[in-house]
Amino acid sequence: MIINHPLLGPRDANEFIHLGDASLINRPDGMADDAAEKFHDYLYLRDNPAGEYRELWYHDAGDRSWLVVTRNTLTHEISSVEMARDVARKQGRSK
Amino acid sequence: MRYSALSILKQGLTGNKSWKPVWREPEPKKSYDYIIVGGGGHGLATAHYLAKVFKGKNIAVLERGWIGSGNIGRNTTIVRSNYLLDGNQPFYEMSVKLWEGLEQDLNYNAMMSQRGILNLAHSDGQRDDYARRGNAMLMSGADAELLDRDAIQKMCPFLKFDDERFPIKAGLLQRRAGTARHDAVAWGFARSADQHGVDIIQNCEVTGFQIKNGKCIGVETSRGPIKANKTAVCVAGSSSRVMAHAGMRLPIESHVLQAFVSEGLKPTIPGVVTYGAGHLYISQSDKGGLVFGGDIDGYNTYAQRGGMPVVEDVCAGAMSIMPMVGRARVLRMWGGVMDMSMDGSPFIDKTHIDGLYFNGGWCYGGFKATPASGYCYAHLLATDTPHEHATDFRLDRFMRGNIIDEKGVGAQPNLH
Ligand SMILES: Cc1cc2nc3c(=O)[nH]c(=O)nc-3n(C[C@H](O)[C@H](O)[C@H](O)COP(=O)(O)OP(=O)(O)OC[C@H]3O[C@@H](n4cnc5c(N)ncnc54)[C@H](O)[C@@H]3O)c2cc1C
Repeated sequence: MIINHPLLGPRDANEFIHLGDASLINRPDGMADDAAEKFHDYLYLRDNPAGEYRELWYHDAGDRSWLVVTRNTLTHEISSVEMARDVARKQGRSK
Repeated sequence: MRYSALSILKQGLTGNKSWKPVWREPEPKKSYDYIIVGGGGHGLATAHYLAKVFKGKNIAVLERGWIGSGNIGRNTTIVRSNYLLDGNQPFYEMSVKLWEGLEQDLNYNAMMSQRGILNLAHSDGQRDDYARRGNAMLMSGADAELLDRDAIQKMCPFLKFDDERFPIKAGLLQRRAGTARHDAVAWGFARSADQHGVDIIQNCEVTGFQIKNGKCIGVETSRGPIKANKTAVCVAGSSSRVMAHAGMRLPIESHVLQAFVSEGLKPTIPGVVTYGAGHLYISQSDKGGLVFGGDIDGYNTYAQRGGMPVVEDVCAGAMSIMPMVGRARVLRMWGGVMDMSMDGSPFIDKTHIDGLYFNGGWCYGGFKATPASGYCYAHLLATDTPHEHATDFRLDRFMRGNIIDEKGVGAQPNLH
């Protein structure tokens, strides 16, 4: 698989480490009343879809950036690659 | 028809003309007491034990494709009980004991061959770790031996003992471990289940569950709706997709694991050997092909094929312990979709929906579990209580902090 890195261009997926579902960006509020339940779901439960999947990859053997890759888990076709930073900022995080 | 030496002789002398189909092809009935979703090893084993041991009646196995088309027909067939943790080891030892009597129980040749598994250790720390694991195995009633370098050299003279980085220092041997013939396991369980009255219905995909007032009363299928008192899902790599029909999210990700077979060679490897400094396991089939594999590819996928980086990694692993394999050619390779759980251990449990049961999360190690998984799942279905060796395989174990993480790597399926 080739991941088209927004800054570095096409890179071999072997340079990256796969972390998992992109929803891992959205850490729950640890102070909330239902924090234990929220963290359980956050840490352990997955949608695991067959089809389009947004996932986090870490460019370990490259620039060490985190990417959000949208990939089809049936065909391995990648439709978009974004910097995880930009995705988090768009959601209003770390302004 | 019972198989015996006499029946083979008789058929051989009469031109093999009167063999009968091994199972029926029934039409689905309107309703069953038990519906088992998924005709893989675990589904068929569940049907066998449910009918034969727990005297369940009116049982159907619904299979999307043909039986044996999933991971039961794709694995590298290693059977062993060399786990460390309490939640796992007694269960896997129960499984090895069932394997030992399986062919008599099924009257079917599953080619179970107890040729042993040898885990290589490459440092003093790893040897200590294996000694600890060996002790846990002995405590569960399994066999385990710690071998020194000389003993390994006698057994496997072809290994590379003096590698600069990873010399072979010791090994953990389980002699009762071995390999079996994967398809024959599926067929043997199917034949026995059929003989005990179970309807095996192929080309019947479950597309939804009928859930009323918190109770599952049947399934929707590609061949119409079917009612059931109890619905038992065991669809391995498809677990998340199927349970999503019941609105459930599982502690599971689907990943691909690849397997490789070389051209046929003269008998070389006595049993199964695993590399302790990388991820590689290798054995030799009865036909002479080297059967080997290693890590999963590491990203979520439902495609039954993997990529080149793992091919290279696995072959490099094989070269590190057995440099001579560099001259053999790989004949075939393929992949299967694994139900990787968050702690690397499986589930055999009720769900929060009455009448709906779940078995899955077997990762890359569910073949060896086939008989015990079937037995324990049948126990749960028949009695609504977990079997004593499967009490920890609960869906809520993460909430309770009771994870069973053999490797100790945390909630990261691609590291298990
Ligand atoms: C390459 C490879 C090597 C492996 N090596 C080993 C090994 O050496 N030792 C070991 O112990 N384990 C090994 N495993 C793991 C083992 O094969 C699996 O854990 C085990 O087979 C899973 O259980 P099963 O046999 O029931 O799965 P499967 O055979 O996959 O059965 C699941 C069935 O469910 C069916 N299904 C799915 N969705 C539906 C639906 N909606 N409706 C109806 N039916 C459905 C599928 O078609 C399939 O037939 C390996 C796996 C692979 C891929």
